[in-house]
Amino acid sequence: MPGITRRRALSAAAAVATTASAVGRHAPAAPGSFDEVYRGRRIQGGPASGGGHHHQHGGDYAVFVDGVPLHVMRNADGSWISVVSHYAPVATPRAAARAAVAELQGAPLLPFDAN
Amino acid sequence: MTVRKNQATLTADEKRRFVAAVLELKRTGRYDDFVRTHNAFIMADTDSGERTGHRSPSFLPWHRRFLLDFEQALQSVDSSVALPYWDWSADRTVRASLWAPDFLGGTGRAGDGRVMDGPFAASTGDWPVNVRVDGRTFLRRSLGTGVRELPTPAEVESVLSIATYDTAPYNSASDGFRNHLEGWRGVNLHNRVHVWVGGQMATGVSPNDPVFWLHHAYVDKLWSQWQRRHPGAAYVPTGGTPDVVDLNDTMKPWNTVRPADLLDHTGFYTFDA
Repeated sequence: MPGITRRRALSAAAAVATTASAVGRHAPAAPGSFDEVYRGRRIQGGPASGGGHHHQHGGDYAVFVDGVPLHVMRNADGSWISVVSHYAPVATPRAAARAAVAELQGAPLLPFDAN
Repeated sequence: MTVRKNQATLTADEKRRFVAAVLELKRTGRYDDFVRTHNAFIMADTDSGERTGHRSPSFLPWHRRFLLDFEQALQSVDSSVALPYWDWSADRTVRASLWAPDFLGGTGRAGDGRVMDGPFAASTGDWPVNVRVDGRTFLRRSLGTGVRELPTPAEVESVLSIATYDTAPYNSASDGFRNHLEGWRGVNLHNRVHVWVGGQMATGVSPNDPVFWLHHAYVDKLWSQWQRRHPGAAYVPTGGTPDVVDLNDTMKPWNTVRPADLLDHTGFYTFDA
């Protein structure tokens, strides 16, 4: 997410989410936000504008592990996956973030564009 | 003509040549281009948008072409090499010869999942994980911990018996053979094997583990078996489907090849059985 800090991204995401709910969206409701420390690492998630300009699918929900964006995707049945657990759907984006923390075993996540 | 063999039947010399060719592609940087391409597609293919490599009817022809590219790259190093396949419904334990030190090496150690033996262990210096989603540069596996059991022959049979190739909405919610083989619905074949191996194989950069090719060569063989089982069934959809590769649409990233060109593998390779 070049040129924009995580904090600003989350603020912008929150603003978008507020606007969206105010006008009422017909798309399936995005899950709510979360912010917690899981196994010693901060995981955060919330609705986002998808304005990261990365080459992957710009979803409408953003997840971060220690401030680094984790690429997540929603399946048609409402389940979620992330790039570090891409073949094992879980129920919520928070569960995907927790699965990522478990998979990472303490390793830092790399931003999407690192490759 | 290339003959793809069951990995369990390879001779010591065939294993040695396969490993050496893979390591040469790694050394020259060509290997990592395959990892990069796969990750780009897996992150971009979505159920509600454009989808080509995964969660869509073209999952099977896309991977058939992707494996052909890789096999041809191997053959540019050693023309005797063909992709072996791993029948995970038969060779379903960590004691399979697939995981021996003379072939792919075994599972990762406790704690950090690092593979400690075989030609792809980080300690060899020959297998740096460069295209990655986290800071770890060593090959990892955790065989049989993300999920306990590989698919059984009976589960494979239940999927091969599905007579329809794919169904609307042509994504991870679909009924039909393709999605049951891919694993988003039902007993879960392909996806489950990625999870069973663990490590990089469970991530978007799964081709970092050479077993990726052997897994997909067997998925590809199952497509062929399904075709023989259901000669009247065919690839769908056949035209006019938004975001989905129809039978005669060209596929990214090649843009010159259509599913229709890939339905018959016998022009490219045959199987040992």
